[in-house]
Amino acid sequence: MSEEKIKDLENQFEERIARDDKIEPKDWMPEKYRKTHIRQISQHAHSEIVGMLPEGNWITRAPSLRRKVALLAKVQDEGGHGLYLYSAAETLGISRDEMIEQLHSGKAKYSSIFNYPSVTWADIGAIGWLVDGAAIINQVALCGTSFGPYARAMVRICKEESFHQRQGYEIMLTLANGTPEQKAMAQDALNRWWWPSLMMFGPRDEDSPNTALSMKWKLKRKTNDELRQQFIDQTVPQAELIDLKVPDPDLKWNEERGHYDFGPIDWDEFWQVVKGHGPCNRERMEARRSAWENGAWVREAAMAHADKKAKKSLNKAS
Amino acid sequence: MKENLYQYILEIADNCLILGQRLGELCGHGPNLETDIACTNISLDLLGQVRSYYQYAAQVMEDGRTEDDIAFMRMEREYRNTLLVEQPNTDFAFIISRQFMFDLYHYLFLKELQHSRDLSLSAIASKSIKEVSYHLRFSSDWMKRLGDGTEESQRRMQAAINTLWPYFEELFEISDAGKALIKEGIAVDTKGLKKDYLNSAREYLQEANLIMPEVEHFMKGGKSGVHSEHMGYILADLQYMQRAYPNMNW
Repeated sequence: MSEEKIKDLENQFEERIARDDKIEPKDWMPEKYRKTHIRQISQHAHSEIVGMLPEGNWITRAPSLRRKVALLAKVQDEGGHGLYLYSAAETLGISRDEMIEQLHSGKAKYSSIFNYPSVTWADIGAIGWLVDGAAIINQVALCGTSFGPYARAMVRICKEESFHQRQGYEIMLTLANGTPEQKAMAQDALNRWWWPSLMMFGPRDEDSPNTALSMKWKLKRKTNDELRQQFIDQTVPQAELIDLKVPDPDLKWNEERGHYDFGPIDWDEFWQVVKGHGPCNRERMEARRSAWENGAWVREAAMAHADKKAKKSLNKAS
Repeated sequence: MKENLYQYILEIADNCLILGQRLGELCGHGPNLETDIACTNISLDLLGQVRSYYQYAAQVMEDGRTEDDIAFMRMEREYRNTLLVEQPNTDFAFIISRQFMFDLYHYLFLKELQHSRDLSLSAIASKSIKEVSYHLRFSSDWMKRLGDGTEESQRRMQAAINTLWPYFEELFEISDAGKALIKEGIAVDTKGLKKDYLNSAREYLQEANLIMPEVEHFMKGGKSGVHSEHMGYILADLQYMQRAYPNMNW
C-alpha cells in the first residue's frame, strides 16, 4: 500500500473516531490501534481470571450457605467476563492461547490489585465493594470506547459488576452491624484494601504516558486522576453510612472543588507491586501456570478426541 | 417418623454438600476456562439443592435450627454423605470420574424421588433433575473425550475409575431411616436402581473406551457417619468461620 493511501485511510479512521463511530474488527485500523487494544483487552481478561484466585480462596470457607452460593456465582461471572474479553481480543487477530502464553511469561500484565492476599472473610466484602466498585468506574467509562466488541462486552460486564459491588457492600454492612469482632474485621479489610483500590486507576496523569493516545482514540474517555476522584467521591459517603473509617487522615470535603481532597498515594508501593514484588505476585502466577500445565493433557485429549470424531464422520460420509 | 425423615434428607443433601465443597476447591484452577466455569456451575447447582433440602429439614425438626446449623454445626460422625464424594481432586480424570459416578446415580435417584409421597421432596427432585441431567451430560461427555482421547488421558481415566469404582456401591446402600420411609412411599428403594446404574455405566464406559473394573470388596461407612481421613479436613474448611465466630449473622 502506498504511503499516500495509508495517510488517506488514517484520515478516514480519525474522522470516524471523531464522529463516535464504532470500529469493527474487519474495518481498517492503524497497527498501533490494534496493538494497543490487544494489550488493554487481554490485560483486562487476565485480570478477570487472576481475580478469581483471591475470591476463590474463600469459597470453601464462606460463613453461610447463602454467602457460599453467592460467592460461587460471582467467581463464575468473573470467569465468564474473561471468556468474552478473550473473544473480543481474538477479533483483533491473536489467539487465546497466545494471550495466556503472554500472561505466563510475564509479557502481559493484569491488575495489580489481585496481588494482595484475601486474608479474612471481610476481604470478600471489601473486594466486592471497593475493587469491583473501582472496576465499574473504569468500565462504565469504557462502554463508550471506540472498538465495538470491547464496548459491547463492557456493557454486559458492567451490569454484572454492579450487582457484585452491591453484594460486597452488603457483606460489609452486615459485618459493620454485627459483633465488635465482625466490625473490627470489616474495618481491618477497609484499611488494607483502600489504598490499593485507589491505585487501580493507574499512575497520576502526568506519569501516564499512554493516556494521550488512549484519549485520542476514545479507548479511554476520562483520565486516571478524574476516575480516581470519582471513585473517592462516591465511596467515602458509603463508608460513612456503615460507620467505617476510611484510613486517610487527610481526607476532607473541599467545598470549593466540590470533591474530596485526599492524602498522598504510596507510588513506590504501586510500582513495587507492578514490577512483581507484591505480596502474592508469585503465588498468583504459580497458580495460573500450574492450572495450565496440569491441564495440558486434558486439552490435548479433547483435541485428539475431536479429530477422531471428525475423521469418523468423514469416513461415514465418503 | 420425624427423625427418620430428617436423617433421610441429610443422606440425600450431604452428598451434594460435600461434592459441592470439593468442586468449590477447583475454582480458578481448571484445565481451561470453560471447564473451570462448568465445575463451578455444578458446585453452585448442588449447593442450591442443599439449601432446599436443609431448609426443609429444619422445618421438619421445628426446633429453631437453621439451614446453616445443619450445614456447619454438626460433628463429623453426624454427616451422612457417601465416601465417594469426599475423595480428593487428584487430577481432572478423578474429578470427572467421581462426577460421572455420582451424576448417574443422582439422576436415577431423582427420577424416582420425583414420585415420593412427600411433596416437598418430590418438588425438590423435580427442580433438581433438570440441573442434574446437565451434570450427567457434562461428565459423561468428558468421560468420552478423555477415555477416547490420547494414550495418556486413557491411562489416567482408567486409573481413576479403577480407584473410585469400589465406592459406587455405597450410593445404593439403604439406611434404617431409608428402610422405614420406603414403606411409607417417601424414600426411594435404591435396590431396584442398581441394575439400571450398572447397565448404563457399562454402556457409557464402553463408549469411552474404558473397562468397568471387577471389584470384590466395596468401600462403605460414610452413610453411617464413619468417613475417610479426608473428611476432617473438608469440614475444617467448611466449618471454619462458624466454629471460629459462633452465633453471628453473616
